[in-house]
Amino acid sequence: MASLKKIARRSFLIGSAAILGGVAFGTYKYHQPAPNPLDPGEGKAVLNPFVFVDQSGVTLIAPRAEMGQGVRSSWAALIAEELDVDPAKVTVLHGSAAKAYYNSSLLAEAVPGRGYDASDFQHSLAQVVGNFSKFFDLQVTGGSSSMKDGFERMRLAGASARETLKEAAAQRLGVSRALLDTKDGQVLAPGGVTLSYAELAADAAGVEPQEVELRPAAQWKYIGKPVPRIDMLAKVTGTAGFGVDTRLEGMRFAAIKQSPVFGAGKRSFDASAAENMPGVEKILDLGDAVAVVGSNTWLAQQAVDAIEVDWEAPSYPETTDALFAEIAAAFDGSANSTMRDDGDVEAALPEGAELIEAEYQLPYLAHATMEPMNATALYTGDTLQIWAPNQGPTIVQQAAADLTGLSKEAIEVHTTYLGGGFGRRIEVDYCNRAVQIAQQMQGTPVQLTWSREEDMSHDYFRPGAIARYRGAVKDGKALMVHGKIAAQSTTQEAAGRMMGMPMVGPDKGHVDAAFNQPLAIPNFRVEGYLVKPMVPVGFWRSVAASFNGFFSDSIIDEMAHKAGRDPLEFRLELARAEWEPAAQVLEQVRDMSGWTGKTPEGTGRGVAMAYSFGTPVAQVIEVEDRDGQIAISKAWIAADLGLAVDPQNTEAQLFSGLAYGLSAACFGEITFEGGMVEQENFPDYDAMRMPSMPRVEVAVLQNQKHMGGAGEPGTPPAAPALANALFDLTGKRARRLPLMHDFDLLT
Amino acid sequence: MSKTLRINGKTHQVDLPDDVPLLWVLRDELGMTGTKFGCGVAACGACTVQIDGEAVRSCQQPLGDIEGEITTIEGLGTPENLAAIQMAWVEHQVAQCGYCQSGQIMQAASLLAENPSPTDSDIDEAMQGNLCRCGTYPRIRAAIHSAAKMMQEA
Repeated sequence: MASLKKIARRSFLIGSAAILGGVAFGTYKYHQPAPNPLDPGEGKAVLNPFVFVDQSGVTLIAPRAEMGQGVRSSWAALIAEELDVDPAKVTVLHGSAAKAYYNSSLLAEAVPGRGYDASDFQHSLAQVVGNFSKFFDLQVTGGSSSMKDGFERMRLAGASARETLKEAAAQRLGVSRALLDTKDGQVLAPGGVTLSYAELAADAAGVEPQEVELRPAAQWKYIGKPVPRIDMLAKVTGTAGFGVDTRLEGMRFAAIKQSPVFGAGKRSFDASAAENMPGVEKILDLGDAVAVVGSNTWLAQQAVDAIEVDWEAPSYPETTDALFAEIAAAFDGSANSTMRDDGDVEAALPEGAELIEAEYQLPYLAHATMEPMNATALYTGDTLQIWAPNQGPTIVQQAAADLTGLSKEAIEVHTTYLGGGFGRRIEVDYCNRAVQIAQQMQGTPVQLTWSREEDMSHDYFRPGAIARYRGAVKDGKALMVHGKIAAQSTTQEAAGRMMGMPMVGPDKGHVDAAFNQPLAIPNFRVEGYLVKPMVPVGFWRSVAASFNGFFSDSIIDEMAHKAGRDPLEFRLELARAEWEPAAQVLEQVRDMSGWTGKTPEGTGRGVAMAYSFGTPVAQVIEVEDRDGQIAISKAWIAADLGLAVDPQNTEAQLFSGLAYGLSAACFGEITFEGGMVEQENFPDYDAMRMPSMPRVEVAVLQNQKHMGGAGEPGTPPAAPALANALFDLTGKRARRLPLMHDFDLLT
Repeated sequence: MSKTLRINGKTHQVDLPDDVPLLWVLRDELGMTGTKFGCGVAACGACTVQIDGEAVRSCQQPLGDIEGEITTIEGLGTPENLAAIQMAWVEHQVAQCGYCQSGQIMQAASLLAENPSPTDSDIDEAMQGNLCRCGTYPRIRAAIHSAAKMMQEA
């Protein structure tokens, strides 16, 4: 234990460095240093800077992508909490692509255990294991991990900066540091003397950085309270710079047509019709794609549409049915994982027990971010700059280095605002395309924007999945649950792409929100079955929990009804016996919704609970029959994050997760014909809209010991809560999604 | 061909083919990037602007057909001088990723100009063409009601 603690502490050592007119504060990495992106000076290359103080005030480097989750504002509040500045006056910049900004929390998810039952020892172990993400160069925004990752580091950087500035003031005034205080960006000395941080910044660079204790929660001014988002003003005035808004001197615009068959090249193409179209400047052959560069994105798009291409044939099952037949065939092989195996699910059922056998099937899904895939690149022959709305700049940088042969040092990645991420922008394909184009346009910056059709048909999809469940009840109690889940492996396929190495072994992510549901069931087994790579799959908001949440809660609902029990009370009993915070979120939605277990004619209610990304979330959804059409009228959400840095923003993340889950549950489906995606645009891949979105009430609880994520855990319970409500209303059980095929939903 | 446009009170001369949609004139020709591209088929509302006060999808307005005064998000208010509706958006902390919000705000501003105190069902009807993948609808609804109140009190 001692050595573990020491390592964990060493990863937080605070350092400082002089910069022009001021000082930078940050943390040292443990053991070997990662190259420093900000180059603060000789001999200090190990500093990982988070805060700058200079003549212009306080600047925070937040190496996390802002994709709607409010990370910049929340990280500013964490710094401000210790530094005694107004969070609204902190300038927040995105850090450049650098190993130093690894995500310590993301890979901590790789530690064994169910998460909710983790001891303090496991949590410190998870912290240490998190340091391994440095070795993978992962500067990633994902996995609902930003607050967990930044919570200590940001506050420590702020506290150290505060005390070091005080020390500089103490030396200048010839008084003891203990007599000094700080407020609103100033050091206060006895006798009404004040010195601003800006005027102390240069001195502070020459002072040994101070290590300090963090302030106790009772003294917090910003953490746990709503802090207005610093990006709000820009986002309501159209002045926030998204990827597509990048404008550079002499920039040209490009459009692309990629092979609609994944991994297939082209046999031939004919661009003669495109050549003389207005605005066209260059037609480029990219191997498995063609592109047009011109004076205007729309004109380039018209021209690329006019190029005729003969594509090669697919090397994987060509239709949806054939893909799902492969998924089902995985059950005939051996299990990749058995992450939970309590009791004996094979034992003969006792007399009086009732068995349910159910097969559930969920479709492939696209991310459909509002901002289509795009990137801008400028290649000069020996340097490359990329402007992109991305979730992983170090991955973008590595991929561009592999593509161009340039060293990573010669490649600069600028991360813009993201018009939605949801996991899509962890991938780098759209950046690579811009780089390929830029390489053929040396010296000219080119912005590539994908059409919506291109975006929807060239995704890294949420995998289609099949689950086979057996559940048994007796005397009103849950006796047994045995689930088998088959799908392509997101973790293995995506991690393999990012890290350039095959991932093998039991895939815990594949069964997340299935094996680790906090329910006490005496005989409980969950097996994962992996399907070989077919169409590309990737991280989609809540990853495998997006299908497992539906599978594992649907079987519980079916069991509750079979047992003749109230579905909420049935879950509550199972949760209470396993983990109290899970029981508390269920009680919270019960109380908020006024759950009675009875619904009037024409109304249905369903409940669901899922634990994912460290957070238990319960939801109740109410549906109404409106002249034969079904409206989703109300939703109640309760989530326990342990500690919510900003409750107002957390609330937004949770109902956003619900909306994303409901969109997929009702309308989301990517199907294949001839190996090609059949959906093209929002008319055939619709989502929640103003009239279909329910009224929502959210409760953010802070009972559990550990800090949970916010961005993803709202999604997994949405589909089962809705399906359970539809069962209550209609008596029809939904075992496949999207629901629009089996229910007349109001749009 | 050359065409004169009136945008946010200013006159612009552009020389582009007649069929180029207004969206791409604004974004790629005039550098007014507040108006967003989302789908290109009038299915998401991200490109919503107003022509003579009426909300329209700029991805479906060929340059050659445009008549009237165009208002974009840049003409509604600025960070230093917000319109009431933008203040309501800030008050309710509506935006998440923010990409669709220019279009949402232009659509809502047009609704409020026509109907100073819209009901929930008026809002449903007016806003149904504006997609938000972050699902900010509850706060959009609240902000429209707030803006209506603010504008009536002003």
